[in-house]
Amino acid sequence: MTAVLEAEHLTRRLPGEVVVTLVEDVSLQIQKGEFVAINGPSGSGKSSLLYLLGLLDLPTSGAVRLNGEDMSHSGEDQLARARLEHMGFVFQSHFLLPEFSTVENVALPMRRLGKLDDTEIVRRATEILETLGLKQERHKLPKQLSGGQSQRVAIARALGNNPAIILADEPTGNLDTKSSAIVQGILKGLAREHGRTVVVVTHDPQFAAQADRIITIVDGRILHPSYT
Amino acid sequence: MTPLLVSVAMRHLLARKRQSLVSLMGIVLGVGFFLAISAMMQGSEADFIRRLVDNSPHITLQDTYRNPTAQPVAQAYPNAVIAIRRVKPETETRGIRGYARILDAIRARPGLRASAVLTGQALINFAGRDVAVTLNGIVPSEYTGVSTIENYMVAGTLEDLNSNQDGIIIGDQLAHDLSLERNENISVTGTANQTRTFKIVGLFHTGRLNVDSSQAFVQRKRVQALMDRANRVNSIIVKANDPYVARDEAARIEQRFGYKSVSWQEASEDIMNTLMIRNIIMYTVVSAVLIVAAFGIYNVISTVVLEKRRDVAILKSIGFRARDIEWIFLLQGVILGTLGNLMGLPLGSLMMASLGGLEFKLPGSSDVVRLPIDWSWQQFAIAGGFALFAAVLAAFLPARKAARLRPVDILRGGT
Repeated sequence: MTAVLEAEHLTRRLPGEVVVTLVEDVSLQIQKGEFVAINGPSGSGKSSLLYLLGLLDLPTSGAVRLNGEDMSHSGEDQLARARLEHMGFVFQSHFLLPEFSTVENVALPMRRLGKLDDTEIVRRATEILETLGLKQERHKLPKQLSGGQSQRVAIARALGNNPAIILADEPTGNLDTKSSAIVQGILKGLAREHGRTVVVVTHDPQFAAQADRIITIVDGRILHPSYT
Repeated sequence: MTPLLVSVAMRHLLARKRQSLVSLMGIVLGVGFFLAISAMMQGSEADFIRRLVDNSPHITLQDTYRNPTAQPVAQAYPNAVIAIRRVKPETETRGIRGYARILDAIRARPGLRASAVLTGQALINFAGRDVAVTLNGIVPSEYTGVSTIENYMVAGTLEDLNSNQDGIIIGDQLAHDLSLERNENISVTGTANQTRTFKIVGLFHTGRLNVDSSQAFVQRKRVQALMDRANRVNSIIVKANDPYVARDEAARIEQRFGYKSVSWQEASEDIMNTLMIRNIIMYTVVSAVLIVAAFGIYNVISTVVLEKRRDVAILKSIGFRARDIEWIFLLQGVILGTLGNLMGLPLGSLMMASLGGLEFKLPGSSDVVRLPIDWSWQQFAIAGGFALFAAVLAAFLPARKAARLRPVDILRGGT
């Protein structure tokens, strides 16, 4: 199998009077189609690790490889391009643009990529919303949606450009049990049924248990890799 | 791609309508006042220069040299150190020599008209009174091409000097002072102590008292005889179709013939300088209005940037580049500047029209005066261009700030 994402001796420190180490010497490989959960206590550096894997942040030392290519020395524009084409993000807050309707929010990454024409983009955005059970809500503004619906729209937006990798940072952190279960089901389905690589940061052990693999981070280091 | 950024920028502005509207009004008023005031000032300047240019010769050739003529010994040894004491210039009949040749040369240049004039001081004796006048010896047919005096004739024409070789044309003020009327005879004494009788064939009224009370026009030959300066003139007056070639042409003429040639720009340099200073003051004041308006734009866009930090973070994580983010906020400045122009320029035109419609009556004058307004496209371009520039500049700083936001910083704090 080929490693889609690979970290090699990844270290991230925040410079300052007191140097804060967020991630220290993390090496890991994530295979195509794998469903990986990263867990650990608050402040352990699991989100920071996800930002590094998602090319939102650059390591102080070490390397991140996307499809075998070292990205840790790329320029901002190259990283933006890589995120646009290969990655979809879901955060604890949905971060939907409040002035744009549901379908317009989902269309944003596709419009930025510019590979499809406008009618195609709307058609595809509606299609994605439909598979997530949100077709009725497509013309609503984010403030008219419930928390669970918003998070599903955020997932729909992450899927716009058909990315190989989905990175989610505490996607169920703000949700009630029922919505949480729906979102967990969707993310799991993306890996199992659609062959996408899904990396989820969560401190919910029940959610983590559904993953192919759990990586536990404590004080910025991998505690022990366990396979299920 | 770009329509996407425009749509995000538009949504941001529409999300806070009132704030955007207030800053838009600032630009609208700024553009309006800028346009109206600048058009009025430029209009009055153009009007002033037009009067200046119309009523004065574009180039005047004088019978003097800018520098004294070099002594023969200095011409023979240009690099030697020569000192000659008590040089007394040669006595000669003053005037421009060979003026017919110079006239031909000037007239050969496209767009130039020239007339040779002999001007001298004379006394008019009438009813026991002596009045000093400046006698202008002219050839009427060529003089009409270089002077506006024909427009100011209230009785007779310049051509009447041809039909009566002993005719004289004087200002109406002078005629009034001496209780003279048309067709009366006066005797004129020149500096060579000769006296001749002239018949008044015409009167003019320019509205400038010193001209109307002291200038007189007669045939050039008569002045040459009165002054005992046969075949001489002491100035050549040149008018050009385009007044702005005067400076270059004057330099050419002076270089070729040696006589001092003064363009109207040189003659009225002090006035031109004053006009320039007036322009600097005016543009400083009207720019201040737009700069204040630009602060309004800066205010609204930096508020948007501050409120939209989360949006910027998600857009960047989706894959928008720093450049794209910068454009989103720059475009808001462009949109406000453009809308400001679309509303401000018509507003300014309205102000210009109403200013131009005002009628003034100066005290003691029966003439109705209107404010001259410059309606040229340049005025609109300057006002519109400056407003857009100010708006974009105001958007630039917050846009840069937004582009530099690191999504990770906001995601860490936001989740």
